[in-house]
Amino acid sequence: MTKLAQWLCGLALLGSAWAALALAPPGLQPPAPLRQALLPLPVYLLVAFGCYSLATVGYRLATFNDCEEAAAELQEHIRAARADLRRRGLRL
Amino acid sequence: MAARGPERLSVLLPTYNERDNLPLVVWLLARTFSDSGIDFEIIIIDDGSPDGTQEVAQQLEKIYGSDKILLRPRAKKLGLGTAYIHGMKYATGNFIVIMDADLSHHPKFIPEFLRKQKEGNFDIVSGTRYKGNGGVYGWDLKRKLISRGANFLTQVLLRPGASDLTGSFRLYRKEVLEKLMEQCVSKGYVFQMEMIVRARQLGFTIGEVPISFVDRVYGESKLGGNEIVSFLKGLLTLFATT
Repeated sequence: MTKLAQWLCGLALLGSAWAALALAPPGLQPPAPLRQALLPLPVYLLVAFGCYSLATVGYRLATFNDCEEAAAELQEHIRAARADLRRRGLRL
Repeated sequence: MAARGPERLSVLLPTYNERDNLPLVVWLLARTFSDSGIDFEIIIIDDGSPDGTQEVAQQLEKIYGSDKILLRPRAKKLGLGTAYIHGMKYATGNFIVIMDADLSHHPKFIPEFLRKQKEGNFDIVSGTRYKGNGGVYGWDLKRKLISRGANFLTQVLLRPGASDLTGSFRLYRKEVLEKLMEQCVSKGYVFQMEMIVRARQLGFTIGEVPISFVDRVYGESKLGGNEIVSFLKGLLTLFATT
C-alpha cells in the first residue's frame, strides 16, 4: 500500500468514526458534552499538528550544528593535499 | 580488535567540472584508506567535462596506479543515476561508497561507515547531517530553515526510517545497490530519497552515521524556487507511488 493510500485509509477510518458520532441522527447521539467536544475536533487536531510542526522545525533549526572545525580542518587538509600532490608530480 | 575481513571498497565519483576538487578528494580518499588499512578503488565517471577534469584524472591514475584509480568517462552529461549504474559495472569491491566530489563530503567518515556497517550488519549506512553531531558549514539561516522544513515534510509524508533522506554520502553493500538501481526512476536528489524509500520497502536495513557537510559552493548556487518546486513534485510522486 502506498503512503498516499495509507493516509487515505486512515483519514477515511477516523473521518467516518467522527461523522458517525458527531453527525448522528437525534436518536443515536452521544451525550451533549461529548458532542460539543467532538464537533470541532478535526480543526483542533489540525491546529495542534500545525503548532507541533512549527515547534519541531523551529527546534531543529535552532539546534542545527555548525561545523566550524570541520571547515577549518578541511582547509588544512587541502593545503597538505596540494603540497603532496605537487611533490608527486601533479601538474594543475 | 576484530579481524579485518577481506572487504574492498569501491568509491563511485561522478564528476562534472571538478578539475580543482578531484585531485584533493582522491588524495583524501587514498590517505584515509591507507591510514585505516582498507582495500579500495576509486571509479571516476566524468561526463565529458570541458574544464580538463579528465586530464587531471589521468594524472591521478599515473600517480596512484590504474588498479586504484579507474577512469570510466562518458561522452556527455547523462545524469547521476546512470553514472552510478555505469560505474558499478566496473566495481570489484563488495561495498560501494557514493559521495560528492566537491569536498562537501569528507572521506574521513568512510571508515566510520564501515565500522557502523559491521556493528549492525547493515545493508546501507547513510551519512546524516541532522542527527548526533552531524551538521553543516556555510549555510545561512534561510538555507537551514528550508533544509529542516523539507526534511520534516519528508519525515511526515514518507516515514522513511532514516533522518537524512536527501543526503548523498552513503555506503551500500554492492548487491543492495545493484538491486536498488534497477528500481529507482527519479532524477537528482529525489533519486537519493527514492533509494532509501525503496530500500525500506525491500526490507533492507539502514544504519546512520553523523557527518559534517562543508558547503563551499552555496554562495554561488543559491537554492532557487525551481529546485524547491521540483523537490515538492518529487516528494509528492514518491508519496503517491511508494
